[in-house]
Amino acid sequence: MKKTHIILLFGIAALIVGLISFSADFSTYDSIGSAKEKQGKFVHIIAKLDKRQPVEYDAIKNPNYLTFYAVDSLGGQTKVVFHNSKPSDLEKSERLVMKGKMGADHFECSDILLKCPSKYKDDKKQLQDNVQEATSMK
Amino acid sequence: MKFEGEHLLPGQIGHFFVILSFVAALIATVSFFKASLTTDLAQKQNWLKTARTAFYTQVAGVFVIFGCILYICSNHLFEYMYAYKHASLELEYKYLLSCIWEGQEGSFLLWTIWHGVLGILLIKKSKEWEAPVMTVISFAQFFLLMMILGIYFGNIKIGNSPFSLTRNEITAPIFARANYLSFIKDGLGLNVLLRNYWMVIHPPILFLGFASTLIPFAYAYAGIQTKRYGDWVKEALPYTLMCAAILGVGIMMGGKWAYESLNFGGYWAWDPVENASLVPWLLLIAGLHTMVIYKATGHSLRASYLFAFLTFIFILYSTFLTRTGVLGDTSVHAFTEAGENISFRLFGILFSFKAMNALILLYLFAFAIPSLFLLIKNYKKIPTIYKEENTNSREFWMYIGSLVFFLTSVFIIAKTSVPVYNKIFGTKIAPPEDIEFSYNKVIVLVAIILGFLTAITQYLKYKTTTAKYLVKEIWLPTVIAAAIMSLLVIFYPFTYYKQGAGFLGALYVAAFAVIYSFVSNAFYIWTVQKGKIMKAGSPVAHAGFMLMLVGILISSGNKKVISSSSVNGITLPSSGKDPMTKETDNPKENLTLLREVPASLDDYKVTFLKDSAGHEKGRKFYKLNFERKDKESGKTLEQFGLQPDVYQMKDNSMSSNPDTKSYLFRDIFTYVSYALNKNAESEDTAQFKEVKLSMGDTAFYSNGFLVLENVVNNPINAKYKREPGQVALMAELQITAKDDQRFNATPLVVVDSLGIINRDDTVFAQNLFVRFIGVDENKKIRLGLKESNTLIDYVTVKAYVFPLINLVWIGLVIMAAGLVLSMLQRGKFTKLQSGIILFLSVAFVFYMFLLANA
Repeated sequence: MKKTHIILLFGIAALIVGLISFSADFSTYDSIGSAKEKQGKFVHIIAKLDKRQPVEYDAIKNPNYLTFYAVDSLGGQTKVVFHNSKPSDLEKSERLVMKGKMGADHFECSDILLKCPSKYKDDKKQLQDNVQEATSMK
Repeated sequence: MKFEGEHLLPGQIGHFFVILSFVAALIATVSFFKASLTTDLAQKQNWLKTARTAFYTQVAGVFVIFGCILYICSNHLFEYMYAYKHASLELEYKYLLSCIWEGQEGSFLLWTIWHGVLGILLIKKSKEWEAPVMTVISFAQFFLLMMILGIYFGNIKIGNSPFSLTRNEITAPIFARANYLSFIKDGLGLNVLLRNYWMVIHPPILFLGFASTLIPFAYAYAGIQTKRYGDWVKEALPYTLMCAAILGVGIMMGGKWAYESLNFGGYWAWDPVENASLVPWLLLIAGLHTMVIYKATGHSLRASYLFAFLTFIFILYSTFLTRTGVLGDTSVHAFTEAGENISFRLFGILFSFKAMNALILLYLFAFAIPSLFLLIKNYKKIPTIYKEENTNSREFWMYIGSLVFFLTSVFIIAKTSVPVYNKIFGTKIAPPEDIEFSYNKVIVLVAIILGFLTAITQYLKYKTTTAKYLVKEIWLPTVIAAAIMSLLVIFYPFTYYKQGAGFLGALYVAAFAVIYSFVSNAFYIWTVQKGKIMKAGSPVAHAGFMLMLVGILISSGNKKVISSSSVNGITLPSSGKDPMTKETDNPKENLTLLREVPASLDDYKVTFLKDSAGHEKGRKFYKLNFERKDKESGKTLEQFGLQPDVYQMKDNSMSSNPDTKSYLFRDIFTYVSYALNKNAESEDTAQFKEVKLSMGDTAFYSNGFLVLENVVNNPINAKYKREPGQVALMAELQITAKDDQRFNATPLVVVDSLGIINRDDTVFAQNLFVRFIGVDENKKIRLGLKESNTLIDYVTVKAYVFPLINLVWIGLVIMAAGLVLSMLQRGKFTKLQSGIILFLSVAFVFYMFLLANA
């Protein structure tokens, strides 16, 4: 066996160890309900902003404190606390991907990814709505 | 029905040329392939002639297509879907090109243009390799043009045409009217995130990089096809070097764009889209090294084939990842799914995918399967040397370096592909909590290995090296690197505590490794190559790459958030202490600045002065004044303004662009994280309350009192410029708030032939408006006071310091220069040509990265 082969084997072994160590870091996509069953564990929740409940953010009082309520398609509901500034198009978003940990009474969120309709130029339905809106105002 | 006001001609021309180019690409592919098979010279010439004509027709056609799109977008012909989706009336002219490559079709077209240009270059230069090499290029063109074909075969639409009409793409009642076009006043316009000068230049350079990865692939294919298994390497090497430079610069341009216009606070976030372009570059570098080894020693030919094929295959795989929507929730800036679903049943399983995605997959498989099949089939025929490399030879360690690059790319792509596994196996694996760290902890080890490898291997000779020679050459760089490292540890220790002592230690080792390699390569230019810079491509490129890594390590190891909400009195219950720094580890990094109320950020007093509208609709600049004072004398040492801006769109969405103050040794980076949308606010309903004051009198308002200090006749100051025939009076007021803050206000009253003009003054910090109403019969001054009941003006910002970030950009420039030098040395260039190419490319990269935004 060549030395390069031995080193290659070592490299592959290291790669596998690296990927396995990575798999230990993996988290999961959860619903609000299943996240509530594993409180304190880091999860991703895909949900929607609950528009019937107030969104509280006052940058003068505290620019790093945002709370709102989220609901998901399975009917789960939770309060969300986000210690950061308010994402500007939160109210416009269709879907929220929230990372964080579920606590006793709220979801402690560390990052929010917004899916906003305006960014989906390739979405046909959205384009139709856009045309409707633009042409009906006149 | 006849529709009014439509301009259908440019679309028809464009569509005709799409079909023409597509057919021409097919003819070129077949003809070049035929030419490569035949041994009869006359026949070969005939096939080549046909093939070249077809290829030139195709290239010309592609330029016409591009011209048509340009015409449609620049004339705002919203009857075309492409213009409606990507252009808008208010879009500045300079972003016209960006809006063309914002869409799938436009970016595919850009890619096609570059393949065409490179193809012409290869027809002229590749001589006996022309037929097989151009077969591959034409075949790629065939697929790319298919993506923009937009023709139906039965029920299946092949590709999306950039010339489709809005009324055919969208169903809405409006399109039943002949004059529908008069209702579509404006297009959707360019995504605000892309309104940045980098978005004009980054995509063309990146796509040129993508396009040029096809050349080593094509030559490797030619090697197998002609059975001249080893000869292609020499031919492909200069192109590979060019490609490494262009792709590397293109990727970092994306990083610089992110740094300047995205607010994630950095230039690299291990986003899937970034990874997808980095992986082919890593593979290309691996291949570059094995090719150099083969040329010098005859080893590593098989590996060169593999890497040449994999580089382009992974370009296609990245295209698949970023353009098919498979990344979904994991990436901020991936394209989304487009087109209709195709469903079919095979062996009872329902397959369903988007038409466009199927085409991209087809493109991927059409290149991946044949190339890897040919490699496996001919593996035994590819010559190899059975005698092993010596461990004291350069080729042995270079080969190890290539393996490290290869394994790193496998690691990155394996992680990035998690959404693909989820899709195939229906799993629900989500990214880890700290994505960046999950990469960094592995990549830091790679940096350590690469640092030591490139530091020492440069001094090894091919075949065998004596220990005495190595020690003689390398002891001085080693000592100097150690000295620099000790200075770094003593005077500028890393403050990256948040991942614990182990990672901090790894950062230090990595810093030493890359500094060592930088010093050692820089020395090599002088001691071994005697300063002959035109021959020193390799050590220059390695030194540049290592300097870039030094910059990356230091700027991220010592990156500091300087905005903190705790400075203006808002403190929160802390969420925990950092075990190493004993500081709260969640620094609440957003700071709200009230208008005209200074707050401290690091050494600076920062004041939000005012906001102002930009040229574009919805763009607003926030003027922040930074002031640094000497602690003892109170003298101002430095003062500068930063203007981060935001786009606020009609639908209330916002995009924020940072502004950066660049010093030689550090950047101060700030962006608006939250701003009020003033349009959304209610009207101010508060009224002025009148008070009458004599000089020195005091009046009260809810939060304090004010004193009339003086009244000035016809004042001269910045706020007021007296015009002929005017008489002006200005009141000087001193305002003291309950908390002892003091402010000044100077309202004016101006009288001229037309009447009285009040120039009110505002104390934003107190929400107080003051008006000079006039003078009453008793010579008392009549002042109006109003306390606004709407929100006061403020902006929330986040600010970072990036130390030594310029090393990243300078390192990149040097690396690109080194790669260009190597290319010039290995290609056939005259001295004059070499000089011009070197100067232009280095000047361009230097200007873009270090001067353009200064």
